[in-house]
Amino acid sequence: MPQSRVPAQLDRVDKWFGCVPALRDVSLTVCAGETLALLGPNGAGKTTAVRCLLGLIAPTSGSARVFGADPRVARHRIRSGAMLQVATVPETLTVREYVELFSSYYPHPLSIVETLRIAHLDGLDRRLFGKLSGGQKQRVFFALAICGDPDIVFLDEPTAGLDVETRQEIWAQIRSFVARGKSVLLTTHYLAEADLLADRIALIARGSIIAQGSPAEIKARGASSDLEEAYLTLTRANAGLEPIS
Amino acid sequence: MRIARAYFLESRFEFLKIARMPRYVISTLAFPLMFYAFFGLLFGGQRVGSISQSTYLLATYGAFGVIGATLFSFGLSVALERGQGWLLVKKASPMPPLAYFTAKIVTSVAFAVLVIVLMFALGAIFGGVHLTLGTWFALGGSLTFGALPFCSLGLAIGYLAGPNSAAPIVQLIYLPMAFFSGLWVPIAFLPPAVQTIAKYLPAYHLSQLALGTMGAGDGTRWWMHVLALFSFTTLCLSAAAIGFQRDEGTSYG
Repeated sequence: MPQSRVPAQLDRVDKWFGCVPALRDVSLTVCAGETLALLGPNGAGKTTAVRCLLGLIAPTSGSARVFGADPRVARHRIRSGAMLQVATVPETLTVREYVELFSSYYPHPLSIVETLRIAHLDGLDRRLFGKLSGGQKQRVFFALAICGDPDIVFLDEPTAGLDVETRQEIWAQIRSFVARGKSVLLTTHYLAEADLLADRIALIARGSIIAQGSPAEIKARGASSDLEEAYLTLTRANAGLEPIS
Repeated sequence: MRIARAYFLESRFEFLKIARMPRYVISTLAFPLMFYAFFGLLFGGQRVGSISQSTYLLATYGAFGVIGATLFSFGLSVALERGQGWLLVKKASPMPPLAYFTAKIVTSVAFAVLVIVLMFALGAIFGGVHLTLGTWFALGGSLTFGALPFCSLGLAIGYLAGPNSAAPIVQLIYLPMAFFSGLWVPIAFLPPAVQTIAKYLPAYHLSQLALGTMGAGDGTRWWMHVLALFSFTTLCLSAAAIGFQRDEGTSYG
């Protein structure tokens, strides 16, 4: 398949929940070795877009493809890893048990020791999930996303609610993952995070992509040297409000 | 090979996960055993029809234990994991989709077998229950088989109830159903109205199937009870399928 080298692609996707449109004509490509940040206000459709690519929901029309295949089929997800926004997970398994379990889903996982090292969980492997701190729990979710040595990971607000140290640690982990030639699709509300990690940014508002480009291009289009300013200008213009400049 | 390993680990960790929850172990193992000790052993000298009360109640409290083990491990955990998003993380992974449910069935059956074996030991050692080896196995086998229909009820509750309402819903189904099906007090001692209601309850058919192995059933042929349990399973799976569809359609984000 000619397309099969493209890690992730949404092609003209519409997604309706009943009569509420969540995505409208969204086309999005994550290229090999690239980190794409998906930005947008709450409810803009970021999570819906990610969930289409994870096979958790099917687009109403258009297509979602991961390495050229439909992610709704479990075996088509063996090259993907994911970190979702989750309230909590069962607390009575240990870190190692979770990593061992998720590694078993993949044909060529990293060794458990390697996964624990990358996610900075060495020494915590025998601890029950319920006994971990918030930052440690988030690192476990990161470990579960990368333990199968996937070629693309989907990170849905990976650093939401974390302290500065843990956030920077997760950033370092994402970078070392990318350094191995892997792709990342990231959603976030921290624009500094997108500026720092992303090769490309896609701005989504009310279910549509309103701007796409490198962080520098987005800043230029929003007429500001600050990504946050540029972001506000672009999303407000889309909402029909006057830009603040 | 890889798939087999995923199924194995999924089941093993599902079992460990639950075995480490004192609340679960107490409500599914300790309560049925304690009830059997009180009602089956302390009043064990009386007779119910042709057999001693400690023998009779071994079948009905055995059913009570099996139903509790499955409803709590299956219904509660599916509802919780669905509500908290853990199921979503698993569905986003390449986990073989059936591994999740297989693991829950294996775990439920394992706890069911555990409660049956412990109760049999109580009955044989302290209750003077004497059965032929064949009857022990028939009784144990019928009770273990009974875990499956209630796994499907657990699945339906798991998919239709919210994470906070699942526990009270399980209690509200489990405890009254146990009483009205004659699991606590032999059905013959209950008012005629209750005896009529019982015929519509799956727990009644499981207990009568178990009692039938000792010749103490209600006289209905055993396959009638199996048929009733099978219909009940179909009903529950259909309800679960509705909840499953609803889940797929409306996960906002």
